Amino acid sequence: MRTAVLAVQGAFIEHERRMRELGAECFEIRQKRDLDQPFDGLILPGGESTVMRKLLHELDLFETLLERIKSGMPVFGTCAGLLLLARNVENAESFVPCFATMDLTARRNAYGRQLGSFHAEEPFGTLGKVPMTFIRAPFIESVGPKVEVLARVDGKIAAARQGNQLVTAFHPELDPDLRIHAMFCEMMRGRGKTDEKPA
Amino acid sequence: MENERYSLNKQLAQMLKGGVIMDVTTPEQARIAQEAGACAVMALERIPADIRAAGGVSRMSDPKMIRGIQEAVSIPVMAKCRIGHFVEAQILEAIEIDYIDESEVLSPADDRYHIDKTQFKVPFVCGARDLGEALRRVNEGASMIRTKGEPGTGDIVQAVRHMRMMQQEIRRLTSMSKDELFDAAKTLQVPYELVQYVAENGKLPVVNFAAGGVATPADAALMMQLGAEGVFVGSGIFKSGDPAKRAAAIVKAVTNFTDSKLLAELSEDLGEAMVGINEQEITLLMAERGK
Repeated sequence: MRTAVLAVQGAFIEHERRMRELGAECFEIRQKRDLDQPFDGLILPGGESTVMRKLLHELDLFETLLERIKSGMPVFGTCAGLLLLARNVENAESFVPCFATMDLTARRNAYGRQLGSFHAEEPFGTLGKVPMTFIRAPFIESVGPKVEVLARVDGKIAAARQGNQLVTAFHPELDPDLRIHAMFCEMMRGRGKTDEKPA
Repeated sequence: MENERYSLNKQLAQMLKGGVIMDVTTPEQARIAQEAGACAVMALERIPADIRAAGGVSRMSDPKMIRGIQEAVSIPVMAKCRIGHFVEAQILEAIEIDYIDESEVLSPADDRYHIDKTQFKVPFVCGARDLGEALRRVNEGASMIRTKGEPGTGDIVQAVRHMRMMQQEIRRLTSMSKDELFDAAKTLQVPYELVQYVAENGKLPVVNFAAGGVATPADAALMMQLGAEGVFVGSGIFKSGDPAKRAAAIVKAVTNFTDSKLLAELSEDLGEAMVGINEQEITLLMAERGK
């Protein structure tokens, strides 16, 4: 089982560390030839979504990854990664949707500037309370019928899942808790819900 | 909780890794930078090359000008205050800047003390020429470090010197015994805990970027190969012939900093690079400010 981590910009090493702690193999995608390697899942890390979106296109990674996501390959997006998967992004003149495979509307920089960044501990799906670090984070404003809401913080949707696509507005890769990454590993092993392909 | 805020601030720097932070002086330049793939912009009235040319005392930028840039882009916006000028820092915090650069590019306001950065909620980045300076700044509350380099020159030699020095000193600590580490803490003039962290982890406790003199994609890739986690580009972009193209090329060079074929492509047809000044030709060494 191999996980590809998009490594064009941002906190990708932190995801790799978490995955390796779980015994999962991962490698970095920085350019098109990296896509020749086999992989079972994809992580879209935190960072600047405008930068990642631009480099996905300019380094010619977009089409292949979009196809893989549409074919049901598990994908895990955190913060900027959530924005890359969102069908609609509000409050962002400079950001047009990227993969747009998840039926949800996200609000970019929804908590304002760095002074609005915060840490919380809230229930997540069936996992109980998990630590949540929000850095200039987005939140999810609304979701379509096929999207399962996994966590809310102050009434705002902070995590969701649609078939094999998992997104969090916060950064599980920054906290030592491994449960959300373990959940993604389960999805990759095919034991999770695979019946639902993105619309 | 003070510690939680400090972690959040260090974590914002983690999100900037692998990216390029560009100096901009107008909302229009900020938009060009964002469009070219900057992961953040540094808002300032004059870029370092012009500060150097103009001479005189250089201060924090007009908050109105900074706000104009904050409104123009969605990426993080940084701004500089003078070394030791904690009131300029308070003003920048009041306009909710994402990161303050306590910078040797501006004229120092205090020739002895840096700002006590632990008193602020907003994060700080500081310049350093060696491990001692870097850890002293971290001890004062900096949540990100960059090399000083020599700003506004287009000459990479000082940034290389500073990055090599830091990496060399970090490697030295990793091979020391505990009693030697106590002595190293004394020599570096920093608390033992910080020295211990570096010895155990082989890196600074905060993100470390390169800055000062980066003018080409090759310069940026050089700094990344020397161990920088990202790059600041000041005068190098908007003092060049085709800023948008050069900026985009530097962004890609930082992502694929070891791929020489791609670097060759990225270095083609960039137009005029900034002219630059050699370190021997300048009288003011900004890197000597704030130790």
